[in-house]
Amino acid sequence: MASTTVPASLVGALDDDVRIERHRTWKRFRRHRLAIAGAVVLVAIALIAIFAKFLAPADPNYIDQVHWQGYPLAPGVAGHILGTDENGRDLLSRLMFGAQISLTVALSAVFMEIVIGTVLGAISGYYGGLVDYWIMRLTDVFLSIPLLPLLLVLTAIVSATSNKAALSFGVIVVIIGLTSWPSTARLVRGSFLSLREKEFAEAARAIGNRDGRIIFRHLLPNAVAPIIVQATLDVAGVIVLESTLSFLGFGIQPPTASWGNMLANAEANMSIAPWVAIFPGLCILVTVLSVNYLGDGLRDALDPNMSR
Amino acid sequence: MQYFGWLGNVLRGDLGYSTSNSEPVVQAILERLPATLLLMGSSITLSLLVGVGFGLFAAIKPYSIQDYIITTLAFFGQSMPVFWLALMMQLAFAVAGITAFGYHFALPSAGISSSDEFDLGDRIQHLVLPCLVLSFLSIATWSRFMRSSMLEVIKTDYMRTATAKGLSRSAVILRHGLKNALIPVVTIVALSAPGLVGGAVVTETIFAWPGMGRLFFNALGQFDFPLLMGYLVLISFLVVLFNLIADISYAWLDPRVKYD
Repeated sequence: MASTTVPASLVGALDDDVRIERHRTWKRFRRHRLAIAGAVVLVAIALIAIFAKFLAPADPNYIDQVHWQGYPLAPGVAGHILGTDENGRDLLSRLMFGAQISLTVALSAVFMEIVIGTVLGAISGYYGGLVDYWIMRLTDVFLSIPLLPLLLVLTAIVSATSNKAALSFGVIVVIIGLTSWPSTARLVRGSFLSLREKEFAEAARAIGNRDGRIIFRHLLPNAVAPIIVQATLDVAGVIVLESTLSFLGFGIQPPTASWGNMLANAEANMSIAPWVAIFPGLCILVTVLSVNYLGDGLRDALDPNMSR
Repeated sequence: MQYFGWLGNVLRGDLGYSTSNSEPVVQAILERLPATLLLMGSSITLSLLVGVGFGLFAAIKPYSIQDYIITTLAFFGQSMPVFWLALMMQLAFAVAGITAFGYHFALPSAGISSSDEFDLGDRIQHLVLPCLVLSFLSIATWSRFMRSSMLEVIKTDYMRTATAKGLSRSAVILRHGLKNALIPVVTIVALSAPGLVGGAVVTETIFAWPGMGRLFFNALGQFDFPLLMGYLVLISFLVVLFNLIADISYAWLDPRVKYD
């Protein structure tokens, strides 16, 4: 019997397939390891933020008038582990209190945005028809206006009607929450479109449940996995958004420390005091990176079909 | 009612007058449009080339060292705040400068040109840092999408057929794979448009780039609301236009897509 010859390139392709399959398991493991690492880092940052009052070496707004002479103190000088900012305030302490602000803003804004997005998306997907049409047109409008300029205009309106000090923590949260729900609404609508056709939804209807009960007790629990993933990734997005707003002067107002506004004056002193510019940004990067890895791991774990 | 008056004027192409220097809003924005288009155009081109290239490179050998490096870089790119990246680039290339091949040179960190006279080399030097900063996020996002999309395509039957026909690996990947893998990438490129506009505001502000984004930021500080609204209207229009271009390129990439 003549032996069949298989082109070498085909063998290569098959080998790749086997390798892809074998590595897929390993990949999940690896991804989860990074997700776990991300979670550990986040817990550490959260603990530091919660106990900032006890951990911080100094008051975040205390000016070290003994050593400070008008320019930032270098790391290690006069007991300031990471140095001071341009106003002689301890950088490490400000970073710790800044973590409080950044994390609280992100978590509250995402909570608000997820609630609005879920309710609107669920109504849209469940009822369909005209309700669906108008809710989706509203999300289209929101999605075609770039978010950052929109937020900046809204914060400018708030500060023009009263003053910049009115841009409190709560106002920032509400503004971000009210504008960033459309992608969640679309996601939830998508799940509800298929969920409402399932047998269990029909059964719930057949035994005479009210719509509200069907939506929240029967359908929503089945749509929760992608919502959790979306919420996690949104936390990363909102941390960046808030820090960008604060950096540009339209977010958290000084003297309250936020990672973003700590960088606002760093540019002017960058040649003599690069540490003022480096450390707050590193905090943002590490936090956002951890959240993104955690979200990626959650996506693999909760919803394998969604993984990329 | 005031709003409907304004809306009617917008439809007639009249966005009103800026309250800070009483210039017509349309004129003020259109004057800055070329600089912004230069920055965004070069950034989109760079991101497409590098993003698609990285994605392909990672997908050809999945789970190899090159794949890990690219995937990790993509995660960093997606997590990096644009404004901090801009500061760090200024710190590294403009403040500290680069020493290479015995020469020490620093890139300009502000403005679009050193003098009023047009000088291509000078323009490019000024473009490097803002363009790199603005492209970082899109390179990261697009290369991840390109990678996963190419991995899907590599598994398909027509790719196996092409391989079985005896075509070389590069011909299979580039001729048969690339075009199909680009289809989902077009979606994500279109979806990135609003983010790019937001990134341009930050980049232009930090690098003193005389475009629409910087005009917008200066108007913010002066509460120049006619200009702010005009800017929002125009960039939303740009985003919609961008989506239209994406829809048209679907039909080009995938002949199965037909618009009636």
